[in-house]
Amino acid sequence: MVSQLLWVIFPYLCIFSFIIGHIFRFRYDQFNWTAKSSEFIEKKTLKYGSLMFHIGIVPVFLGHVVGLGVPKEWTRALGISDHLYHLGAAFGGGFFGIITLIGMILLTYRRLSVKAVRKLSSVSDIIVNLLLLFIVFIGVYATFFTTIAVPDFDYRETISVWFRGLLVFSPDAVFMNTVPLSFQLHVLTGFLIIGLWPYTRLVHVWSVPVNYVGRSYIIYRKHR
Amino acid sequence: MKIKAQVAMVLNLDKCIGCHTCSVTCKNTWTNRPGAEYMWFNNVETRPGMGYPHRWEDQEKYKGGWVLGKNGKLELKSGTKMSKIALGKIFYNPDMPELKDYYEPWTYNYSHLTTAKSGEHSPVARAESVITGEKMDLEWGPNWDDQLAGGHITGPKDPNIQKIEEEIMFNYEQTFMTYLPRLCEHCLNPSCVASCPSGAMYKRDEDGIVLVDQDACRGWRYCMTGCPYKKVYFNWQTNKAEKCHFCFPRVEAGIPTVCSETCTGRMRYLGVLLYDADKVLEAATVENPKDLYQSQLDLFLDPNDPEVIAQAEKDGISYEWIKAAQNSPVYKLAIEYKLAFPLHPEYRTLPMVWYCPPLSPIMNLFEGKDSIKNPDLIFPAIEEMRTPLEYLANMLTAGDVEPVKKSLQRMAMMRSYMRAISAGKDYDLSRLDRVGMTPEAVKQMYRLLAIAKYEDRFVIPTSHKEGYMDPYRAQGSEGYGTSQLFGADCDGCMPVTPGKSTKDIYQDNFYGGIWRD
Repeated sequence: MVSQLLWVIFPYLCIFSFIIGHIFRFRYDQFNWTAKSSEFIEKKTLKYGSLMFHIGIVPVFLGHVVGLGVPKEWTRALGISDHLYHLGAAFGGGFFGIITLIGMILLTYRRLSVKAVRKLSSVSDIIVNLLLLFIVFIGVYATFFTTIAVPDFDYRETISVWFRGLLVFSPDAVFMNTVPLSFQLHVLTGFLIIGLWPYTRLVHVWSVPVNYVGRSYIIYRKHR
Repeated sequence: MKIKAQVAMVLNLDKCIGCHTCSVTCKNTWTNRPGAEYMWFNNVETRPGMGYPHRWEDQEKYKGGWVLGKNGKLELKSGTKMSKIALGKIFYNPDMPELKDYYEPWTYNYSHLTTAKSGEHSPVARAESVITGEKMDLEWGPNWDDQLAGGHITGPKDPNIQKIEEEIMFNYEQTFMTYLPRLCEHCLNPSCVASCPSGAMYKRDEDGIVLVDQDACRGWRYCMTGCPYKKVYFNWQTNKAEKCHFCFPRVEAGIPTVCSETCTGRMRYLGVLLYDADKVLEAATVENPKDLYQSQLDLFLDPNDPEVIAQAEKDGISYEWIKAAQNSPVYKLAIEYKLAFPLHPEYRTLPMVWYCPPLSPIMNLFEGKDSIKNPDLIFPAIEEMRTPLEYLANMLTAGDVEPVKKSLQRMAMMRSYMRAISAGKDYDLSRLDRVGMTPEAVKQMYRLLAIAKYEDRFVIPTSHKEGYMDPYRAQGSEGYGTSQLFGADCDGCMPVTPGKSTKDIYQDNFYGGIWRD
């Protein structure tokens, strides 16, 4: 029952909140939709923290897409052996994971220690910050320590299968029962932040200005 | 050819007394809100000085405006579009000004004056940061170098001074002083608009006013870097960009901006210019920065030319607006008389706020009790003016002294001619020829500059909302309502609650604060 709650109901609730929250916020809360940068207040620590975090998190995210979304058979068919895959995941993922973690530590330190930044932080900013720090930390920990402590564990045969099951509406909590605690925590907090996403500053991710590249420099607007 | 109309402003620096009335009335109207305390949509700088923010003219630091690339194409000085997104500048903008480049807003703990316990010394209201609430030792603030206070330290840091080769004296007896009121330039080629990744900034098609769409702004802050005049601000409460909007609700109604309306020196002018929108890029791309002033002048079309009128009508400009362009004081001062200049044309933004340079005290030589009898000495005297011509030229014409000199000569000649008339003295009219003026033109110029009647200073046509909305249906509504869910959605149509930020008010009224982010 607990297992159903944690690995089926909770994730679906988070996904539901993610989708509905975004639709609602996009529709009715454009005014508060912002990157909420505090660079204007403090610049020096932000430089290293923000650059490291963002440059780290993009490859980390892509790594998650591959790790969770691509079945073993597919990579094998491409001629990538499991061993090679794991080396890539451990070293590539670990490298960017550590960059992300250092960035996150700097950003958290900055948010809490620089008084002006702390004063301008809302509760949601602090929650997002600490949650991200925890998720990144536990993810890096799992990559480096749990995989060594539990060599038999293969997330591609457990977490990934469960995750793909979720997406195609045939969830099976059984896959998650034997997963080591660090991975379980990473997954649960990961879904938690997905659920909180639309109500926080994280919405700025969807505002990456891709169409800026192709548009003309000067914009005129006319009443219609 | 595609003709557009632009509402533009001229400031006659010769009459600016540096009273800050424009700044204060503007602030009281628009930026007296939490998050906006440090913003002065309009501010008056004492020059030579650092300006606001510190040394904003130092584009090697702030990277504002446009530059010509190696291929001869116009590019943002802060970098290409790709460099902003691909090179990680979006995560950290190295060229963005910080709050401390403006000043940290503060208040005083006034309550201490009445609540302090009885003691040996009188209680003092100490300065407290508006952001952290901590006690502050004030080291810089708005107009810190007003009236050249500390001018021997701040003056040499003025970027326009640093461009002058000769040595400038900052001794109290020998220095010079002038005022520079500044606001958003509502440029024809706005680099802030070009910098905005979200497409939230735009130029209004009908009057050229540059605005930030508060709903579309995502707070990337490139506009702050992009604007070379540092006139786009970041609201640290709403995390969105804000700027001078040329009091568009007033201008739409045909009344002047607050800064212009309240100017005690009556030195601000508002009027319509017609320009060829197809030529803007070309005008901003001329190679030599000193040619930019002329290329900007060439953009503007003669509103009395029948061909221009016909084309303007074809491009949807109403008769009323064409009429206003014909009577435009801005057209007269900037294009006809060539008295007024754009501020820093070398930024290549084609700014639309123009400045008549100030005549410094040399006029005493010709007008005072001990005046020189030979008025022809005006020309050499202008070269010896206390405010160096190079300084004015560095601000107004990318360093080209000639046009500024000619403007000052015309103004000086106007004064000596009108003095001769009012004193009943003879005047050799051939002297007017030397500055290319006729007695009639000088009298008109005098009327516009010295008498400066309200209806001559402000020629603003009303907007034509009937073109895009149904004014009959708008009767009795608040005038802003478009939202289908909440009915009229005018968030600002209520008294401001003290101590609440725009964001608080917005959230309280809009959806009960359920997403207090």
